[in-house]
Amino acid sequence: MLAKRIIPCLDVKDGRTVKGVNFVDLRDAGDPVELAWNYSNQGADELVFLDITATVERRKTMVELVKAVARQINIPFTIGGGINEIADADALLNAGADKISINSAAVRNPKLIDELAAAFGVQFVVIAVDTRSIGDKNVVHLNGGRLPTERQTLEWILEAESRGAGEILLTSMDHDGTKGGFDNGLLKTVNDAVHIPVIASGGAGKVEHFVDVFEKTNVDAALAASVFHYGEILIPDLKRALQSNKIEVRI
Amino acid sequence: MKTPDQNNKKSLAEAPPSGGGGGIGIILYGAGNIFSLTAALERLGIPYGFINSEEDFDKYDRYIIPGVGHAGAAMNKLKATGLVPKIKALKKPTLGICVGMQLLTSYSEEGDSNLLDIIPVKTLRFADSAEHKVPHTGWNRVYPEKENPLFENIPSGSHFYFVHSYFIEYDKAYTLLAADYGNQFSASIWLDNFYGVQFHPEKSGEFGETLLTNFSKI
Repeated sequence: MLAKRIIPCLDVKDGRTVKGVNFVDLRDAGDPVELAWNYSNQGADELVFLDITATVERRKTMVELVKAVARQINIPFTIGGGINEIADADALLNAGADKISINSAAVRNPKLIDELAAAFGVQFVVIAVDTRSIGDKNVVHLNGGRLPTERQTLEWILEAESRGAGEILLTSMDHDGTKGGFDNGLLKTVNDAVHIPVIASGGAGKVEHFVDVFEKTNVDAALAASVFHYGEILIPDLKRALQSNKIEVRI
Repeated sequence: MKTPDQNNKKSLAEAPPSGGGGGIGIILYGAGNIFSLTAALERLGIPYGFINSEEDFDKYDRYIIPGVGHAGAAMNKLKATGLVPKIKALKKPTLGICVGMQLLTSYSEEGDSNLLDIIPVKTLRFADSAEHKVPHTGWNRVYPEKENPLFENIPSGSHFYFVHSYFIEYDKAYTLLAADYGNQFSASIWLDNFYGVQFHPEKSGEFGETLLTNFSKI
């Protein structure tokens, strides 16, 4: 049986992690490679790096980061942020990235998904969707959840799948930062509607939230940032809790 | 007369530099990125180099056939190198990874393609369902069916990292490791000096690294 995946997410700017991290045994909490190594040692199944570099040198810094991670880390990782064209993706793939995550660029130009899937295979293409509820609708948002679009979440996800998305990273902006649990209702709706893996994101605050999301929605993976970075949840403890709830994990 | 110790020194002095030969020759044919694979070999201190022509095969003790993407397209690229007859005649340990493993089989449903036919089994597509999404992506358990040094020091039921939509049919004669995803399939195949693994050892944590080290000693 396929194991449910636990994925720490690292925000990176100019090659350094930007969100606070308070692991006690790190020499340099801003070094994404050292952090990544630490997480892979703890038993993380996969890593996501979101690059928020805004300079003109961004592609170069992303490629350097990806190479540094690929040299040191023996688990798969995804890189997202500012990937707008085939050439960006090509450079990252050749630097050792396993997957790329596309968000705004795909909403603005959905054909990019077809092109990426044709060039690199569907397994390489993760579509990240930031969703927020407006009235009774779930609406796709851009710019980290600040900019609403015309697209409804499920309809957009189904289009992305049909165009060649290999995986969906679904972040509920309503739940993100609340530490009140994942958006299990929406995640179940989406997970039941698609035939590609779904990564749950937004709202993780304690171990039980991970148990809940896997039991209630059957998503393939769960992603979190601050609860891991601040040591509020330790991955080995989380994996043992999942295992004792009969959820298949890699230990 | 030289002492054995002196002989050792001489052979060390004459040994090709790390990365230049004597280790693993990675067969290059333009199918996929190998940065992570070479990075893993470097971390493990396993010497490697690249094979672009028939002459290059003599420089190495064993070979890896990498590959990602479409099996039919990969086979066409491999044919275009002119190396197919040489590969089929190899006698040294040879490991196909992912699509590189599928190339060892006789046929793939992907692109209705005839492959190297070194191991007489077929590569088929997973039937997708709500419980078994395709591609099969993530960590799954593998179970040895035979004794083999490739899997030394790796417990039965260990997790390895898979990403694939096509699988190699289970066949008792050739399956080295079995795995299950909706149906039983070969996570690893073996015939004589030819080995294949469907998962990515370079992305499969410590056990993946153990497997690469094991291969470097077969």
